[in-house]
Amino acid sequence: MDPRPAVVARRLGGVRRVVAVTGGKGGIGKTSVAVGLALSLQDEGARVGLLDLDLWGPSDHVVLGGPRPRFREDGGLVPDLVAGLAFMSIASIVGERPALLRGEDISNAILELLAVTVWGELDVLVVDMPPGFGDTLLDAARYLPRAEYVVVTTPSELTLVTTRKMLELLRRLELPVLGVVENLRRDGDAGSRGAPADARAAGGEPRHLGTILYDEGYEACLGDPERLRGTAFFRDVRAIAIALGAGRA
Amino acid sequence: MHEWALAEAVVVKAAEVARERGIASVREVVIALGELQDVDRLAFEQGLSIVQQDAPELANARFAFETDLARCACRPCGHAWELRDSVAALPEDERESIHLLPEVVHLYVTCPSCASPDFAIIGGRGVSLVAIHG
Repeated sequence: MDPRPAVVARRLGGVRRVVAVTGGKGGIGKTSVAVGLALSLQDEGARVGLLDLDLWGPSDHVVLGGPRPRFREDGGLVPDLVAGLAFMSIASIVGERPALLRGEDISNAILELLAVTVWGELDVLVVDMPPGFGDTLLDAARYLPRAEYVVVTTPSELTLVTTRKMLELLRRLELPVLGVVENLRRDGDAGSRGAPADARAAGGEPRHLGTILYDEGYEACLGDPERLRGTAFFRDVRAIAIALGAGRA
Repeated sequence: MHEWALAEAVVVKAAEVARERGIASVREVVIALGELQDVDRLAFEQGLSIVQQDAPELANARFAFETDLARCACRPCGHAWELRDSVAALPEDERESIHLLPEVVHLYVTCPSCASPDFAIIGGRGVSLVAIHG
């Protein structure tokens, strides 16, 4: 018998809310939205953790910058604070080595991280989910039953087609959706003359949490949370964080 | 030590199983220690002895240990082998990474027959609960 699932709920016992940032495709800005939400919630006075579950392509630590994230061993793995966030990632363990892992190994690694990471008392744990619909979504449904989902989309029809599928899967799994965030919007994008793209993706049902305009200045601020806080991107994300109402109790 | 977290998982699971089976007082818990994770047995046992005090069903239990050989099988060529020597030859920081997250063995070890990193861990991954006796 695998003992690890039995202890996951206990590890998250001091976490008031779990917010999982997901989306159907890669490259739509889940990582930027997840990190931006975490920093914004911290600015609102919340104690925030950030868990990068993208084991194939972890990059939250690149957005946050600083030295390789680490942890200390004290009754488990206690994440270091990175930019004030309790932060855990596979990069904390293997650095920048690429992880060539199949789904079964990904599931095992996620379970291990959830079973041994000591989060302590947090108002919010933001989870950056990997793209797609595979094992990780099912693992999250199983091991993070309290998670509430933020679905990231873009105005592109190529994204919207998968966003609709993601929303349908979340509904079938009976996982709560906080709403949809439209990212990478440019003036003149389809949808700007009518219903917001995320509302179209969702058939108008899930809440439109907000739109994040494409920000040419964002890339130059990667790795520097203070400069990120000054970007138009961050201004849009902060409005979404406030709409989430996931700050300090 | 992160062994404490694993010890806590074992105790919580064993107590859960004991309750399901109506065992009020567990006499013995049999635990398999997978070679790949290479837990520090002493630290793990210390963790067990302390955490068990929080689980009434396990307060008087003794813990017995088995070693689970770390074995894997290459998907492309079918070669099966024991991981012990492959892992022992790695630098300490890589062994430590495997200790913390056994799946990352795929980053450091390849099939000795065909050099593929695409292999399945078929035994001895980590800590597992083998049996509880009332």
